[in-house]
Amino acid sequence: MSLERVVSVVRKEVREFRRNRFVIGTMAVLPFIFLITPMITIFTIPASASGPQVKAAVGVISLLMLIIPIAIPPVIAAYSVVGERDQGTLEPVLTTPVRASELLLGKAVAAFLPSVAIAYAIYLVVLISVRFGAAHVVSSVVFHPPQLLAQLLFTPLLALWSIWIGIGISTRASDVRVAQQLATVASLPLLGFTSLLSFQLIKPSVPLAIGLALALLIADVIAWRLVSGLFDRERLITGKKASTPRQDGGLAGGQTRTHPR
Amino acid sequence: MRSQRWFQRRRVGFGWRPVDWHGWVVTLLAVAAMIAVLVLKRGSAARIPVMILIVAAYVVVALATGGTRPAKEAPAADEPTDSEAKGSVGVVEQRLALRALTSGRVSTSSPDEPALVVEHLTKRFGERVAVDDVSFSVAAGEVFGFLGPNGAGKTTTVRILATLIAPTSGTAHVAGLLLDPANGVDIRKRIAVMTENPGLYLRLTVAENLEFFAGLYELAQPQARIGQALAAVNLAGRANDPCGSLSKGLRQRVALARALLSDPAILFLDEPTSGLDPVASREVHELIDGLREHGVTVFLTTHRLEEAERLCDHVAILNTSLRTIGRPDELRERLFTKTLVVRTLAPLASPDAVFAVAGVDGWHADHTTGYVLTVSDARTAAPAVTRALVAAGADLLSLAEVQHSLEDVYLELMNDDGEAGS
Repeated sequence: MSLERVVSVVRKEVREFRRNRFVIGTMAVLPFIFLITPMITIFTIPASASGPQVKAAVGVISLLMLIIPIAIPPVIAAYSVVGERDQGTLEPVLTTPVRASELLLGKAVAAFLPSVAIAYAIYLVVLISVRFGAAHVVSSVVFHPPQLLAQLLFTPLLALWSIWIGIGISTRASDVRVAQQLATVASLPLLGFTSLLSFQLIKPSVPLAIGLALALLIADVIAWRLVSGLFDRERLITGKKASTPRQDGGLAGGQTRTHPR
Repeated sequence: MRSQRWFQRRRVGFGWRPVDWHGWVVTLLAVAAMIAVLVLKRGSAARIPVMILIVAAYVVVALATGGTRPAKEAPAADEPTDSEAKGSVGVVEQRLALRALTSGRVSTSSPDEPALVVEHLTKRFGERVAVDDVSFSVAAGEVFGFLGPNGAGKTTTVRILATLIAPTSGTAHVAGLLLDPANGVDIRKRIAVMTENPGLYLRLTVAENLEFFAGLYELAQPQARIGQALAAVNLAGRANDPCGSLSKGLRQRVALARALLSDPAILFLDEPTSGLDPVASREVHELIDGLREHGVTVFLTTHRLEEAERLCDHVAILNTSLRTIGRPDELRERLFTKTLVVRTLAPLASPDAVFAVAGVDGWHADHTTGYVLTVSDARTAAPAVTRALVAAGADLLSLAEVQHSLEDVYLELMNDDGEAGS
């Protein structure tokens, strides 16, 4: 594993994002759309609202905050491999010493950084708004420490999970649009998990939050290795499946063997 | 759209580059305005519509603005050609840059060891055989031409040797290493491939494209090497141009600079002059000559037979299986009998008697050229035939040896394949 190669991939990806209208548009508009509902919810709850009413409203807010790291990254991640293949840039990259795991990790980090930064920024805006603008009953539920911890820990881990799903689909899809649609659909099951947490059907506590976060972290690492394993150079270059399992070092699908004489 | 141009000039909207302070300031102002409304209008029913208005205004501004910073248009036909590219530094400086690029290479194998050894290489895609039992070797430091029609398996062979795809059977040694999954990364460190499609990131500048690849090769002093690589392809002045604004020929040269970055032991060039004008093609030829002088092994895939003839020490002609391999002059000798063409003012009275001289194996009359003589050695046969013609009183107009080109060799082999297949 070469850190320099991973950093090179990250730098290149970020440079490309910065000049990609679609990516910038998604990054700029989606968070604002996600911000509208929480803002309306926060400021329409009266101070006299009952406990269940407040919890339900805050649950919606928390859910939306956890949807951001699930919804934004697949849009970028799904493009990462199949997009490069479509624009003809993948083959020159694969002729360099970069390993599949390094290439994919770089792409994942590049999608992860802006997604998590935006998710945290939006959450910060919500927290500030609640602190200064919402009724006290709302504020006390939102600033519940285990809830805050869960939000802070799960945001990057969910984003990473969603990114690996996107990249995994991107390594197998034949078309960018199909990859993006599949990646978005494949990320939906995570909503179930976040809903349980947001509506406190799973009561967040500090040990539970840390435990779940560790489980997600392990799942993310496994996903990285699995997705790297799915990366089939021969299939990506020729469109045809490699006949035998390959190794990360290249020779995408096969093994050399002596010609029978 | 006027508003779009206004926003583009000020770099706001979707065209923002997040590092540009303009974009961040406007975004922060929007967020600050929302927070201010929330705090100052606390308890007021008007705050929600005002908030929605702020968000809507922000989205409208974003949508109204025209995307990324406008890229320069590709040069029109009347703009400077590839060969007149800005920053042209001339052949001498090009050679100096090439010398600087290749000066630090540490040999990874002995000079006598072939750079490339391929034995019985076969690749099948399902039922289709792309490459069939191909064997050849390429000496270190030579320019090796790989010729063949479309679909002959040239690119597949290059991809196998570049570790992109695995052979179905057969072995190869690339730059001294066995072609094996375990050696994939090490092989790719020693080679570079210029694919037929330049494969550049069009949103990035020329320098940014090369920086990315310099990072993948973990090059020391990447900026210096990028400068040298660009100078070697006469593109030093275009480093900060977005690749999307370059013509096809210039993109091809950027791809060539990218392939030179890592100072490879073996350089695979797939149609390097495709799309280049004649002057730019000549520059690439000079560059390949320069690479040969500096000990780089060049594996050249091309359709241009005159290019192969001019540049290559050895050529192989492939049509799924290897049809022939050798030096261009060897191939000509192997495939064609040596012939002399004699033209006289009037037909000879007894050509059998005239051409019965040492070195002439046979002859036939050709109404357009005169007489075509099959000879074993043109240098001994030609003077003897001249003397015989003079002795016979013939009015000799011309006597010449027929020169066969590599194209003749190629077409002859392809015709054979066509006849065999029909």
